[in-house]
Amino acid sequence: MHGFLKTTKKSRTSVNVSYCFLVLVLSLTLTLSTASLLAQHEGHDHGTEAAAEGAHSCGEADEDGDYDAVATVMHHISDANEFHIWKDVHIPLPIFLYAPDHGWTIGTSSMFHHGHAAVDRYLINHGRVNRIADADFPMGEVPINGIMHEVETITDSKGKEKEIDVYFACANNHLWELERPSTLDGGVLGGGLTSFYDFSITKNVFTMMLAALLLLFLFSAVARGYRRNEGQAPSGIQSFMEPFFVFIRDEVTKPMIGEKHYERFQPFIMTLFFFILFCNLMGLVPFFPGGANVTGNLAVTLVLAVLTFIVVNFNGNGHYWEHVFWMPGIPAWVKVILTPVEILGLFIKPFSLMIRLFANISAGHIIILSLIGLIFLFGNNGDSVGGAATGAVIGGLFTAFMNLIELLVAFLQAFIFAILTASYIGAAVEEHEHHDHDHERAH
Amino acid sequence: MNIFLLAEFSVIRPDPGLIFWTALIFIVLWGVLGRMAFKPIQNALTKRDNDIQEALDEAKRAREEMANLQAENQKILAQAREERSKILKEAKETKDQILKEAKEQARTEARKIVVSAQQEIENQRQIAVTELKNQVGQMAITIAEKVLRKQLTGANNQEAFVNTLVDEIKLN
Repeated sequence: MHGFLKTTKKSRTSVNVSYCFLVLVLSLTLTLSTASLLAQHEGHDHGTEAAAEGAHSCGEADEDGDYDAVATVMHHISDANEFHIWKDVHIPLPIFLYAPDHGWTIGTSSMFHHGHAAVDRYLINHGRVNRIADADFPMGEVPINGIMHEVETITDSKGKEKEIDVYFACANNHLWELERPSTLDGGVLGGGLTSFYDFSITKNVFTMMLAALLLLFLFSAVARGYRRNEGQAPSGIQSFMEPFFVFIRDEVTKPMIGEKHYERFQPFIMTLFFFILFCNLMGLVPFFPGGANVTGNLAVTLVLAVLTFIVVNFNGNGHYWEHVFWMPGIPAWVKVILTPVEILGLFIKPFSLMIRLFANISAGHIIILSLIGLIFLFGNNGDSVGGAATGAVIGGLFTAFMNLIELLVAFLQAFIFAILTASYIGAAVEEHEHHDHDHERAH
Repeated sequence: MNIFLLAEFSVIRPDPGLIFWTALIFIVLWGVLGRMAFKPIQNALTKRDNDIQEALDEAKRAREEMANLQAENQKILAQAREERSKILKEAKETKDQILKEAKEQARTEARKIVVSAQQEIENQRQIAVTELKNQVGQMAITIAEKVLRKQLTGANNQEAFVNTLVDEIKLN
């Protein structure tokens, strides 16, 4: 009896805590994202006068002081090598850089002094580690006077004109061109192959690790509850999480994959759902442990989609492949058309998963950041206090509303990713009744 | 328009580090959570579902059994009641019959006793009469003897005596 009372009390406390947490998240989204944006803005201001001296002059250089809504939004949804908290307060993150011509460079992001120092040709630009392209740049720690931004128009091999961003670092009275942050898109998406690879614990990686740890902590407690309360009613955190688990089991895995196979794929679908959900929710928290746009990053959703692709196609049975390559029961000339479509479908399915999650989450973040940006636009870069106040009221209200929608989207997208993955797996492991025809003949 | 490029729309660019870490974190999480939590939870839930189903089935069965038992009890009770009334009826009949038989027997017995008593009385009477006859005969003989002895000593006496005797007989 005593134990029963204690657990009831505990579960109520946890509900209270989660409720408080929710309220905190929502209210702080409003206030803190405003504050951090303000801070961001001020932080960028210090290079204003230097930029006025003109292009290619070496000195303190940064982008101009005017508020650039698009740039700010893009900067905020991007991954970063350090957590920017407030003005000059940053939380450093571990840095692991690998360049084939140099080897590993390991440290923390604080060694770059937020763009004011280069270490082994690496420096931080817009929160990301960039490498100075010129191999003549001295190794070790070198003070950087500033980073300059230029837009260059280049003509590519097809004769098409393209505008690209070029950044220069100012050091030793020289301008040193920077390579882009490490990406693997080969220039298709504006990135390009770089001479180094960034394996650092970035904001996104940190948040993912935190989400993973939270999940481990949570589910170990839940699993412990099932061991402790064997043959009894669930209690505490166990009864809080059980509806989620049962919901995914009864609404996603069981109906989609089928009674016979679903248990085999349950860990994968559950991990997908909860990992995406937790990353989504962490992305809604506008301050330190959260704030990273994890599931709104194509690299993350790409990995999840590729894993789905692997799991689906490695478990495809003969029937599945027959349906892909030589769909039974239709005329041969249709098969010739259908087979390429089906083969394309194999890739389009995970591709749509990747794009859907990324686009939904990124779009939500962009909308919220744009609404917050209204404060600066209405405020006319700090000239109009009344305009800023109007922007704060309007933007704040819409942000509060958007956050509720985002909360819904966080659950919805995790659910959609899980249910679609389950349905693809279900199609791959489905067993068709071959004896149907025999039955008909028998009748 | 080159807005995405200008604005560093970096979230669509696959960052090798991020791909590596996402894959690592997700696969480790998948393995650990699957082994540590999802499988045991699934098993526990399945077990509990089965237990609950079993308990419900058990309860239903017990209820049905109870109902059956009750019906049977009712039947048995009704039967018992019927049996009782039958037994009572039979007992009454037996009693009546016994009573009747007893009465009959008693009556017969009584009749027999009466008959035998009458016979006995008759016998006793016969005996008594016979005895009386014998005694009277004896007495007569004795008297006659005595008389004869006394009277017959003289002819007159004998005659007188015979006369007296004759008178006596006549008187009778």
